[in-house]
Amino acid sequence: MISFERVSKRYDNGHDALREVSFDVNRDELVFLTGHSGAGKSTLLRLIMLMEQPTRGRVVVNGNDLSRIGRRGVPAHRRGIGVVFQNHRLLFDRPVFDNVALPLTIAGYDDREVGRRVRAALDKVGLLDHERAMPVTLSGGEQQRVGIARAVVGRPPVLLADEPTGNLDPALSAEIMQLFADFARVGLTVLIASHDLSLISRLRHRIVTLREGRLVGTH
Amino acid sequence: MWVLTNMPRLKKRPPEGARVARRGAVTRYRAWVRHHRASAADSLLKILDHPVSSMLTWLVVGIAMALPVSLMLSLNNLRGLEGNVADEASLSLFLAESVDTAGARALAQTLSERDDVAGVRYHSRDRALEEFRQQSGFADIIDGLGSNPLPHLLLVTPRDREAVAASEALAAALSGLPAVAEVVVDSVWLRRLQGLLAVGQRIVLTLALLLSMGVVLILGNTIRLAIENRREEIRVVRLVGGSNAFVRRPFLYTGLWYGVGGGVAAAMLTGLGIWSLAGPVSALAAAYNAEWRLSGLGVVGSCQLVLAGGVLGLIGAWLAVSRHLRAIEPA
Repeated sequence: MISFERVSKRYDNGHDALREVSFDVNRDELVFLTGHSGAGKSTLLRLIMLMEQPTRGRVVVNGNDLSRIGRRGVPAHRRGIGVVFQNHRLLFDRPVFDNVALPLTIAGYDDREVGRRVRAALDKVGLLDHERAMPVTLSGGEQQRVGIARAVVGRPPVLLADEPTGNLDPALSAEIMQLFADFARVGLTVLIASHDLSLISRLRHRIVTLREGRLVGTH
Repeated sequence: MWVLTNMPRLKKRPPEGARVARRGAVTRYRAWVRHHRASAADSLLKILDHPVSSMLTWLVVGIAMALPVSLMLSLNNLRGLEGNVADEASLSLFLAESVDTAGARALAQTLSERDDVAGVRYHSRDRALEEFRQQSGFADIIDGLGSNPLPHLLLVTPRDREAVAASEALAAALSGLPAVAEVVVDSVWLRRLQGLLAVGQRIVLTLALLLSMGVVLILGNTIRLAIENRREEIRVVRLVGGSNAFVRRPFLYTGLWYGVGGGVAAAMLTGLGIWSLAGPVSALAAAYNAEWRLSGLGVVGSCQLVLAGGVLGLIGAWLAVSRHLRAIEPA
């Protein structure tokens, strides 16, 4: 579902963010991507999102070679990927419902369908009774769950998360990770960047480790 | 735990991303219309959320548009006045002394049949003397004259009243007639007036062009600020797959609303100016014994003004959006 073939990324300032990275994530699989900050985790996610292009190598997502996707194809590509950010990146000028509905509005669903799907997504993350709340009134964990609902509401085949538990306490972090595991079980391909080794080593999923842009271990 | 209690709802199902992309043209058209409607309504609401600053923007745009428009209206009104004057700017044909009343009437008849003549009015020498006696106050002196020194007069109205050249050509043709002693064309000042109007028109055009550019820049800047304020929203929308058109649309509508509001303000300001001038102008016209009224924009003109405002707003928004949106890449 996600495939990296000898991918390197060198930035303009000469920094090698990724060197010859190759790995695959299969459908229904949850893979953790770990390593110190600066090891290349974010760069890797940015390549999948087409926020950047690799210097060398090939990235294939959902059967599409990303180097073949032109500028105009980027939005459609991103609609097939749900993303969860460390700092949630919710829009604070509108209630929870509208935040979650954003990907559906972009995809052009009608109001009835939007309502149905948003409520289903909020139900999955346990925030059904908060749909009219403003994000600022929610706790950090709740905000992150809104972010997750927004990522999965369009039912994308791929779900990415960049340090989704970065600001949460251990109990909340475990809940969030469990949620991602549930999504993998119902058919999503999930790739989570996290440096919380103690948490992810308990979860019995594959862990891909990066060090200074190189893949140093996968188990 | 809440996750576990909700778990039974989750069922295995194929991913839907591909299916969304394959939806039909009709569905996509409906979605497009829906987003247009939503963008139009949202951006209007956002503008109305800040009534004072929006009102100020509308006023600025309105004033900038009202200025050339009211100048243009003044010119149009002057041109109407010129039309009135042209009515009276007929050629005066003073006939030779040898021509008697019957001859003058016959000549009037012949002239009125010409293609380039709209009408001929015969003014007999006896009537002219009578009028002169009454109006000048020289009755005694005139009575003392043995004979009438005044010639018969034909007032000829050229067919083509607007063109000074045409009436001068007619004058030249008529002065060649043996019965005609002298032709007087009072066209010099008419020509000056026309020249002035032409200059005025050019000035108004230049001013309109400059101020339109001003409006475009003002609105472009307003939209730029709106874009700055929604930087994070734009980033997030891009990250979750919003196309450029999707991101652009609300800002284009914002520009449209500012422009349309400015057009309405301009129409109102112009109407106000006409209304405040109407009284003095009709008093002035009355002093000249003239039936003359200021003409305003009218319904069609006002609608055109609003439309023009909308177009300027769209142009300004388009410029701002194409310059600034590209700079906001998701980071």
